[in-house]
Amino acid sequence: MSDDKITHENGGADHVGKNVNAQHPTPMLDELESGPWPSFVTGLKRLRDAGDKQYAPMMNDLLGQLEHSYEERLGYWKGGTVSVFGYGGGVIPRFSEVASQYPASKEFHTLRVQPPAGMHYDTDILRKLCDIWERHGSGLIAFHGQSGDIMFQGCTTENVQKAFDELNEVGFDLGGAGPALRTSMSCVGHARCEMSCYDEVKAHRSVINEFLDEMHRPALPYKFKFKFSGCGNDCVNAVHRADFAVIGTWRDDMKVNQEEVKAYVAEAGRKYTIDHVIAMCPTRALSLNDDDTLDVDNKSCVRCMHCINVMNKALAPGDDRGASILMGGKRALKVGDLMGTMIIPFIKLESDEDYENLVALARRMLEFFADNALEHERVGETMDRIGLPAFLEAVGIEPDPNMVNHPRTSCYVRTDDFTDEAEKYFERKAREAGLNIAAE
Amino acid sequence: MNTAVQLRRPNETGVPDPFQYMHPLMIKNYGAWAWHDRPRPGVLHHVAKNGDEIWTVRAGTQRQMDVFTIRKLCDIADQFAEGHVRFTTRSNIEFMVSAAEKVQPLIDALQGAGFPIGGTGNSVSMISHTQGWLHCDIPGTDASGVVKSLMDMMYQEFITEEMPNRTRITTSCCQINCGGQGDISINVQYTKPPKINHDLVSKVCERPAVVARCPVAAIRPAMVEGKPSLEVDEQKCVCCGACYPPCPPMQINGADSTKIAIWVGGKHSNARSKPTFHKLVVANLPNNPPRWPEVEEAVKTILYAYKEHGRDFERLGEWIDRIGWPRFFEVTGFAFTKHHLDTWTGARKTMNMSAHVHF
Ligand code: HEM
Ligand code: SF4
Ligand code: SF4
Ligand code: SF4
Ligand code: SF4
Repeated sequence: MSDDKITHENGGADHVGKNVNAQHPTPMLDELESGPWPSFVTGLKRLRDAGDKQYAPMMNDLLGQLEHSYEERLGYWKGGTVSVFGYGGGVIPRFSEVASQYPASKEFHTLRVQPPAGMHYDTDILRKLCDIWERHGSGLIAFHGQSGDIMFQGCTTENVQKAFDELNEVGFDLGGAGPALRTSMSCVGHARCEMSCYDEVKAHRSVINEFLDEMHRPALPYKFKFKFSGCGNDCVNAVHRADFAVIGTWRDDMKVNQEEVKAYVAEAGRKYTIDHVIAMCPTRALSLNDDDTLDVDNKSCVRCMHCINVMNKALAPGDDRGASILMGGKRALKVGDLMGTMIIPFIKLESDEDYENLVALARRMLEFFADNALEHERVGETMDRIGLPAFLEAVGIEPDPNMVNHPRTSCYVRTDDFTDEAEKYFERKAREAGLNIAAE
Repeated sequence: MNTAVQLRRPNETGVPDPFQYMHPLMIKNYGAWAWHDRPRPGVLHHVAKNGDEIWTVRAGTQRQMDVFTIRKLCDIADQFAEGHVRFTTRSNIEFMVSAAEKVQPLIDALQGAGFPIGGTGNSVSMISHTQGWLHCDIPGTDASGVVKSLMDMMYQEFITEEMPNRTRITTSCCQINCGGQGDISINVQYTKPPKINHDLVSKVCERPAVVARCPVAAIRPAMVEGKPSLEVDEQKCVCCGACYPPCPPMQINGADSTKIAIWVGGKHSNARSKPTFHKLVVANLPNNPPRWPEVEEAVKTILYAYKEHGRDFERLGEWIDRIGWPRFFEVTGFAFTKHHLDTWTGARKTMNMSAHVHF
């Protein structure tokens, strides 16, 4: 960022003649202490009132500034440049614009820290994280930001390095910020979810840890996010929010336990089952037989997960499991919202080699992005700008009918090589069929 | 030469291995779960293929937690659970236990300490939220405060599972919308073009970069009072705020002009219908801390209309797809205006290109 100059200008006068210990009144924030939901304001006050702690004055002034924001309905933080030795990103610098009134929180930086895959912790590590943040930071931690980071919020410039060193010593590493690979997220999946179609921990760690250089030393055109969901329920919101969304699925028939289907129907009733399972299948792939067993037309099923979610004891994903890759999801700025687009309908994720293939695919996509995106352009925008055919050609992926809702409707296209392309398609199909046979 | 202390090189370890922290039953049955049910709101019961069982108790947190709160949760985990926790993407905390009889004492301990139990199944889960005045450099409003107010209002819907389907709410404190898509999304909407502090522009902004940011090409380089600065064609400007992050002197936030808009029908799950973006319902609500009552009121109206009229398993957007937008506006009592008609790229695709109408 370019504005650290201004924020430093008023830095010098900050310490003068202020009674740092006087408690700022917070009448508006106080109102957020009532009501049944846990109050972050009460938490901030606990930190302010921890008189013997180094962060208490900082949190007093933080509360003062926040109250000021509530009164004026404006924010008062400015960016700047702060990083740790060896890294270019991962710290979100915050300098106060009202430091003369609230000097102790004039620097209030955030360390973005990558969570363990699936966001698992034990109390021992949580306590260690608290102790470190109590020594060097504000004592305020967010579990987690929408990108997955643990956000250690509120650190002086001087303490950023110390805090990071200790966090790093206990096995944690900074996440992404700026034009870089960003922190990733994976759902609970294999650890506790029967819907999971691949090993999310393995995928998450294999992919992200392979490209850490892109995270720690921002050099991409703009941000690039991976997210890993074990099935179409997409619990980590990969489809909207990831440039590269890995969403678990399966290729063979879903598994049906007909006894459990009957048990479900007996319990829920026929009409309820028909109205809420059969009729809600988006592709009419389901039918309830007269004996209360289930017919599944697997060729029509789009793996939406609805029936499996509802009858999770009776139905399960098939055995031939892997993931779909959707690319280009992002929110508003600058061209508007983009949903991830289906790029790879199925990538097998079972053997170590399969996971290596996923990493190789990720590398190809990152390289394409690094080489072809304009500055400040997300890959979804690049894909839109050059068109899907050019994108597929650039990354070496063949077109597939699963990539579209329907084929083109506009006749403004040059088709003089249509026959050649059709031949390529048939050859590819034959090759695929042949390979399948050879593998059996 | 610098004789200063030797700086420590980072261990670039990346994503921590979760198996060192994971509950042993989750490790043992990793990838081998068979089915689950929900004995009560806030509690999940998972059964593995080999018959092993695990119970999860889910509690809401304020997300921005002080170390005392986190340690309190750790104490509860040590005393009433088995020392392992995980967080959900919506900042709920989950405690795993290996026996059914450990569930109730754990619930009692959590509730006793002020943590609501819920957020499972067809509940309104914790609002996925952003940073706001507490920490972002471009926020139009707060996030934690809006979320606290709304969760107080919807508390009952967190601790019960009475909605037609999962209800996911998001907030965003500027139009960048870090909060994401939701069944209901509560987002800042700027209503006035940026006010430019021409004295600062040349000092802090890379002018070509700022010009390039504008989605409607409304920004031009200009000389203002002899200084290189920028100007905005206010007729063209869509008040998106994209120019503000790279150029803070283009102040987009205004105490009165920063408003809040509510959007509905976003969903990321593929269940039944394809994933969708959220759509505008009401704009121009005042940014009214500390409790944002107008926002609360509008959210309540939408939430309870959905609760009353949605059928089992219909997400909010799916309910509207069934009854139609005319009926949605009728049921909720919100006005439908020209601002609900999209004008952005691809807008025609959002129009009704059929003779299907609802009366
Ligand atoms: C200076 C500018 C920005 C700041 C300070 C900022 C800050 C943040 C923060 C703090 C988060 C995590 C939110 C949370 O959960 O607390 C976040 C997430 C996010 N930001 Fe930004 N942001 C900035 C610019 C942008 C821009 C320009 C875009 C889009 C064009 C953007 C898109 C997003 C998205 C989509 C997420 C959610 C990511 C996810 O769900 O994985 N942000 N941002
Ligand atoms: S995305 Fe699917 S596999 Fe992952 S936790 Fe959600 S339901 Fe389970
Ligand atoms: S998973 Fe979805 S598409 Fe497939 S049969 Fe079930 S409801 Fe139908
Ligand atoms: S939505 Fe905007 S203001 Fe809020 S955290 Fe994201 S970038 Fe900051
Ligand atoms: S607010 Fe948006 S539309 Fe208006 S000038 Fe800035 S970038 Fe352009």
